[in-house]
Amino acid sequence: MEPVIPIIILALPLTMFLVLGLFGHKMAHRTAGILGTLGMGVTMVLAYITAFTYFFSGSSEFINEEGVRLQSLIFNWDWLAFTDSLVIRLGFLLDPISALMLVVITTISFMVHLYSNGYMRDHHGVWETGFQRFYAFLSLFSFSMLGLVVATNIFQMYIFWELVGASSYLLIGFYYTKPSAVSASKKAFIVTRFADLGFLIGILVLSFYTGTFDFTNFTSVGVEGMANVYQVDITTAEGIRNWIATSPAPVFMGGSVLTWALVLIFMGGMGKSAMMPLHIWLPDAMEGPTPVSALIHAATMVVAGVFLVARLFPLYLMEEAALNIITVVGALTAFYAAMVACTQVDIKRVLAFSTISQIAFMMVSLGVARPEFHHGLGYMAAMFHLFTHAMFKALLFLCAGALIHAIGSNDYTAMHGLRKHMPITHITFLIGCLAIAGIIPFAGFFSKDEILTAVFGQSIFWYIWMSAVAGLTAFYMFRLYYLIFWWKEHKIPEGHHAPHDQPWTMTLPLVILAVISCVAGFVPFGNLVTWNGHPMFESVNFFTNLGALDWSVASISLAVAIVAILLATVMYKKENTLPAKMKNALPALWDWCYHRFYWDELYMFITHKIIFGCISKPIAWFDRHVIDGSMDGMAWVTQRISFAIRGLQSGNIQFYVWVYLIGVILLGAITAVCLI
Amino acid sequence: MELTILWYLIPSLLMFCCGVYGFITRKNMIAMLISLELMLNAVDINFVVFNRFLFPGELEGMFFTLFAIALAAAETALAIAIIINVFRVSEKIDVDDVTKMKF
Repeated sequence: MEPVIPIIILALPLTMFLVLGLFGHKMAHRTAGILGTLGMGVTMVLAYITAFTYFFSGSSEFINEEGVRLQSLIFNWDWLAFTDSLVIRLGFLLDPISALMLVVITTISFMVHLYSNGYMRDHHGVWETGFQRFYAFLSLFSFSMLGLVVATNIFQMYIFWELVGASSYLLIGFYYTKPSAVSASKKAFIVTRFADLGFLIGILVLSFYTGTFDFTNFTSVGVEGMANVYQVDITTAEGIRNWIATSPAPVFMGGSVLTWALVLIFMGGMGKSAMMPLHIWLPDAMEGPTPVSALIHAATMVVAGVFLVARLFPLYLMEEAALNIITVVGALTAFYAAMVACTQVDIKRVLAFSTISQIAFMMVSLGVARPEFHHGLGYMAAMFHLFTHAMFKALLFLCAGALIHAIGSNDYTAMHGLRKHMPITHITFLIGCLAIAGIIPFAGFFSKDEILTAVFGQSIFWYIWMSAVAGLTAFYMFRLYYLIFWWKEHKIPEGHHAPHDQPWTMTLPLVILAVISCVAGFVPFGNLVTWNGHPMFESVNFFTNLGALDWSVASISLAVAIVAILLATVMYKKENTLPAKMKNALPALWDWCYHRFYWDELYMFITHKIIFGCISKPIAWFDRHVIDGSMDGMAWVTQRISFAIRGLQSGNIQFYVWVYLIGVILLGAITAVCLI
Repeated sequence: MELTILWYLIPSLLMFCCGVYGFITRKNMIAMLISLELMLNAVDINFVVFNRFLFPGELEGMFFTLFAIALAAAETALAIAIIINVFRVSEKIDVDDVTKMKF
């Protein structure tokens, strides 16, 4: 494939960022919005072309004679050549997951660009301050995220990884006059930076022992003549397994170097993907404008951790321990976030916790993926769920944005009974809820079912656990749905007009995403994205996924979801006292869930009381008194001496000459004495 | 009677001591400047003499002296300019009156 289109895919959003960032304030708001949206639209079309070419062209660059999909380097430039072996490259790697991510990112990003044209202005059509800046940052984010997914080596990925973090920081703090937004953006940045420290150490350890940064090399080290071949069969992981087994890598605290490197790299993924215990930044990140939450904190950036694990999956496969850690972390996070989501009042926070829970689903799915079971079904399921989740969660967030825009509050208590006032939002939100709850035939059903099947194949315990989480998911989503759209008649505040559906720029993305959420489940993912590029099905048609279902698992999860939805219907459809009674029956549980299991308080305690109190304060004292004190002391002594002897500088030249002369004579005398 | 190196060095030494004495005792800045020039010239004589007696075939000392003379002329011009300015301010050119350049 010619590198022209891939280069434009990366260059266009960057150009948009520069143009809107540098000249945006000179443009009319509408021009800036249209320019940004158009730029993203073109990028989306080009990304579709690229992905389509990759999956369906049948070119020998992308697929070999046996139908195995290959990793293909479209271009790979030497960027920083330090030595012969230490070269940092920038390039464009096309393989199943990067092609998939190109589609997901550009689709959601375009929807959000379009939607923001309506969202970022009030009911009277007055534009938000910093509208152009908003579009510039959106473009920057899109550029960074695209660069991340097409990275050819782990260092390029790290660079873009930090760039998405920075754009996320900028966008969370978009309303920088609001103190809560500022602290939320700082929190997000610091927590993810802390996680990235682990990531960086992991990268260094891994590349030190393998001698390479390139993803293609990680799967082919030790295979004769494969190191610099541009097209690599993803199945050659065996090579690195042998290589690591024979190379003299030291063992540290009971784990091999590879285990440690992979766990540390996963730590970076935990930070970005908001896995427990590094999840605390994501709920606060909802301070940003809602389209940003949809783009960054639901659909794309937060799945970067999943993408990272998927990208290095051949390596993770070699370490059972690392995969088990991923499974456990994911499962605990999924359950925790689902519990918390059941009690939150702020609709964006419910969605945020739901996002955490769903990303944890993907992590679990990767954690249980084994080549022995259904050709690594878990890997495919994780990517499938990533795709469908991006669509329906972006839909839900954009619906929430429409509601917030219409009502002017994030609380469902200000909403209630909106179904008659905002029919389009109502229907699309319902579709989103059905999709995430896993009701056939919506997208979430298929992907979640694949995940549960994969978990079932690995462990019954985690299967039951994850099914419970799926039930909770259906429950809290329909709790939210009923509390927003039913519960009781909507009360219009005095002096306000009735809430209504939003302009077409906002409803069109909702409708498009809702349609995608309805049909995305039928995409035959098993033939597009698998861990080793081998297709799962002999032939595909529209109902392949339906036919491939494991109905014993599917019927159970469907039943769980339906029971949960019915429960939510009983509790929340009409105003009643049941929820309050349940809350009073289990006050401690409700309290813990409502306060997010006091994680933030725990962090506050650890950082403020223990780290600040016991470590930072003594260090600060030492700095102020000992280090500063010694410097001040030197200055003080110098000053005192200067005051004492400054009388010598009398201004009388002849006195200076006397002193000089006597000095010379003395020196001469001393020299003479010494010589004699 | 042969002219040894001492015949040159002793007058040069006397000139230098006169210069030092004048520089320390004179209060008039012009007189101090003249003393300064005496010292410089004494040093110049030393250069020339040592060059002549120690390295007869070479000319470095001579050239160095030429440079020193040029420098001395420039320095004198500068010094006189300063002295004239001092005179314009205080109507006097006594060195004891110019003691403001201190801490």
